[in-house]
Amino acid sequence: MEAKIKNIVKKYGSDRSYLVPILQDVQKEFNYLPQEALEAVCTELGVSNSRVYEVATFYKAFSLKPRGRHHLMLCLGTACHVRGASMIDNHIQTTLGLKSGETSADMEFTFETVGCLGACALGPILVVDGEYHGHMNIAKTTKILKNLGKKVEADDEKA
Amino acid sequence: MRKLKTFDGVEKLRGELQKGRDPNKPCMTVCVGTGCLAYGTQKLVDSLKVELEKRKLQDKIDLRLSGCHGFCERGPMMVIYPQKIFYQRIGLNDAAEIIDKTLLKGEIIDRLLYVDPMTKEKIVYEHDCPFYKKQMRLVFGMNGQISPTSIDDYIAVGGYAALVKALQKMKPDAIVQEVIKANLRGRGGGGFPTGWKWDETRKATGDPKYVICNADEGDPGAYMDRSLLEGNPHLVLEGMIIGAYAIGSSNGYIYVRNEYPLAVQNITAAIQAAREYGLLGENILGSGFSFDVKINRGGGAFVCGESSALFASLEGRAGEPRVKYIHATHKGLWDKPTNLNNVETWANVPFIINRGADWYAGIGTAGSKGTKIFSLVGKINNTGLVEVPMGMKLREIVYDIGGGIPNGRKFKAVQTGGPSGGCIPEKYLDSPVDFDELTKLGSMMGSGGMIVMDDRNCMVDVPRYFLSFLEIESCGKCTPCREGVRRMKEILTDICEGRGQEGDVELLDSLAKAIVDGALCALGNSAPNPVISTIRYFRDEYDAHIRQKKCPAGVCKKLIKYRIDAKKCTGCGLCVKVCAVGATSGERKKPHAIDIAKCTRCGACMESCKFEAIIVE
Repeated sequence: MEAKIKNIVKKYGSDRSYLVPILQDVQKEFNYLPQEALEAVCTELGVSNSRVYEVATFYKAFSLKPRGRHHLMLCLGTACHVRGASMIDNHIQTTLGLKSGETSADMEFTFETVGCLGACALGPILVVDGEYHGHMNIAKTTKILKNLGKKVEADDEKA
Repeated sequence: MRKLKTFDGVEKLRGELQKGRDPNKPCMTVCVGTGCLAYGTQKLVDSLKVELEKRKLQDKIDLRLSGCHGFCERGPMMVIYPQKIFYQRIGLNDAAEIIDKTLLKGEIIDRLLYVDPMTKEKIVYEHDCPFYKKQMRLVFGMNGQISPTSIDDYIAVGGYAALVKALQKMKPDAIVQEVIKANLRGRGGGGFPTGWKWDETRKATGDPKYVICNADEGDPGAYMDRSLLEGNPHLVLEGMIIGAYAIGSSNGYIYVRNEYPLAVQNITAAIQAAREYGLLGENILGSGFSFDVKINRGGGAFVCGESSALFASLEGRAGEPRVKYIHATHKGLWDKPTNLNNVETWANVPFIINRGADWYAGIGTAGSKGTKIFSLVGKINNTGLVEVPMGMKLREIVYDIGGGIPNGRKFKAVQTGGPSGGCIPEKYLDSPVDFDELTKLGSMMGSGGMIVMDDRNCMVDVPRYFLSFLEIESCGKCTPCREGVRRMKEILTDICEGRGQEGDVELLDSLAKAIVDGALCALGNSAPNPVISTIRYFRDEYDAHIRQKKCPAGVCKKLIKYRIDAKKCTGCGLCVKVCAVGATSGERKKPHAIDIAKCTRCGACMESCKFEAIIVE
């Protein structure tokens, strides 16, 4: 892990003003920000733990906990909201038992909401593992969640 | 790629590029902006490539992947040059048919044409489409003609001519004066005169000076900056280089949202290409002026759109704003003179330099010059990005360009200015849209979000939505915003859930005043605006929630009930199928019923009913 962190920090010339992009790269590498990685960033950049922790917890894009295998991101931008995104939000929360930002205990799903994805014509939008699903409604959401559930079962069987 | 070392070099290259291009050569321009890609346009592009190769036509017919055309509602879309035939809602398997029929035989494919919802007429050419007809596509004008990843495309249509003119023929101070004369105002929200800001930074003492492009477009419902960076990154870059020359800066930053991966990719490629041509870097075009730009990706914090918070983020700290008793033009990034403008503002600069301040100031109203791009979204037929001259009436934007409200519903309000703005009711639809008029109406221009709402949107729920957004996004530094916004949201939630009391509206009002007066940054002290404006125009809806415990729009879950209209219900059973809690029941082909005790008001039954038999009350 330390070697990886060294490389990332080096890429930005060990310049502490690049702390945010450095943490973005670390998160890309590990899927979240592991504590050891953050400590390594502190050492490499020569900044205090508290400074890195402050930045890592301030920005929404960072997660200090591991994230699930499947990633659901629901847009709650204004255009999506006026077209009923909050109903889909409720529906996902009750179906998966997850609030925004939470990961299921089996590490299969992470559910997040986002301010705006800027694809308002397709609102409400649900992004599942990077794939955009537009004009969402309750019925479509149910179908997507069911299919994801099947995917998980299939993966389990393979394992 | 050869490095351009002189001003003439750019013109010479342009000449060569134009000569090598046949304007009559057939070309399919496909929009690959984020919106269209979300429709699956990449598959269409792949099959267009395959089909062209199959027919050995790849040298005879060009395929251009362009940035956003603005008409996001109708994607995937294509414009076929030279005739400018406009195809929309293209099926992902339509590639072969388009090539065989339209490109080879000149036949028009009827089903891919846009149908004007007003006249039911089929529109063949892009310029006849009512969505485009009333627009004035200046800043967005090139989007359909160029590939964003090709600097040659940009130069061929006249790109970097303004930079050449500025460096070759204008003194820095003359450029500043030109921008002041054009009265360009900041497109990011505040509407501050750009030229004055440039002048201040230019005169400030301190070294180095920074110019920054604010592409942290956090306003939910606005995406014009993303589309500009994605679709025409060189235009933004050209504006920045001119600005840097005028101000006397050699260091630029573009601070862009990490949620916009394609914009990051395209602007990164644009910077690289500009460097290779010698349009960025040391001694640009032999002028002696040097300037370079770095890209910084944001971390997903709305507050970082505020300038001083953005500086903090660029310095590698948490994005908290500071009090601005000293302007950024004197002490900004790293406490050095800094000029920050929004993406769209920078994109306006090359036009002012090319065509002059007098021409530019001829567009728009007395106080607001030029065009403005709005993202027209929500309950509107033609969702998309529209660019209109300042001063166009709201009604023209909503009805003539936007095509009105879907499903024959009634217009209720249009929300502008994002979380800092307000809701404008129907009676002001004939107001001209510019910075000052919108402020007078209790809203603001903001970055140009324009969210249309119909009679099914609750005007207590909408401000509650904005405050929930702001509660999460508040950086927490100052108490009025951190605590005040939260308290206001709690009161609104109470009203939405039937716990509203007499005096709540007055309490909201006084809290709002305290936040406006006391919050530290512009995002904080404009946070109560959605509440203030809805109280001003939709007080009756607040009263209905508080006194009758009713939500007239049928949105607030705790105040509504679903019921089946026995006359309309055909007993198809669809509502039974979609209900997750078994609240709907009935015999086939006989009117169904909803068990209110079980119903969670999720709305699935109403959404699924094809006969409008489910009533909310």
